[in-house]
Amino acid sequence: MSPRAAWRLESLGFTEVYDYSGGKANWGAFGLPLEGTIGARAGEHVRTDVPTCSLDERLQEVRAHVRASHWDTCLVVNEKRVVLGRLGRRALAREDDVTVEEAMSSGPSTVRPNVTVEAMLERMRRQNLSNIVVTRLDGVLVGLLRHEDAERLLASAAVLPPAANGDTVEA
Amino acid sequence: MRAIDRDEVQRLLTCGAQRVEVLPPAEYEEEHLPGAISIPLKALDRETTGQLERGQPVIVYCYDDV
Repeated sequence: MSPRAAWRLESLGFTEVYDYSGGKANWGAFGLPLEGTIGARAGEHVRTDVPTCSLDERLQEVRAHVRASHWDTCLVVNEKRVVLGRLGRRALAREDDVTVEEAMSSGPSTVRPNVTVEAMLERMRRQNLSNIVVTRLDGVLVGLLRHEDAERLLASAAVLPPAANGDTVEA
Repeated sequence: MRAIDRDEVQRLLTCGAQRVEVLPPAEYEEEHLPGAISIPLKALDRETTGQLERGQPVIVYCYDDV
């Protein structure tokens, strides 16, 4: 649709016209701010202090670090912060001395930051999930949306659209 | 007319580019790029584009490229 609009603008005499072909879906999927009435988005309500580790770390060291930070999960990322895997409770409880790569679950399910909290809450309820990983379209970690945070948000009717220059996630 | 990606959009925004969403008004109301104005494709004519600055770049967009 937008290429036709761009050509139409040229026909109306505009000389510097661009078509952002990715559109607002692409913009939002990178955690960039949007305005409007749609309501709170996952990327605005994630926990960004979720522990992370790399593939070649030793599980035992990672476990100590994760427990000290009072989390029960750890996301495995590369040097660009792209999510490669996840260490859940069971993996973190392993006693053997292995690498993160050997212990992790590969390719965890993720959602984009522009998905609404309401839609995510519905999914977490349906699938009985305690949290969901939010990544940008290029796989870079945004944070973890926790079920209890989403419940609290909706219960407090705080799921209002952010202000124009509100509390949005930087990409 | 030239198709551009997100990086170029961000660069053009620093140069004062205007943003025009060409989807129907209800979709614009739900969500739009900061500072974008709504001119639905079907309403794009000499009159509705009169609010745009001709000497400045214009970026048009819809939902996605599908």
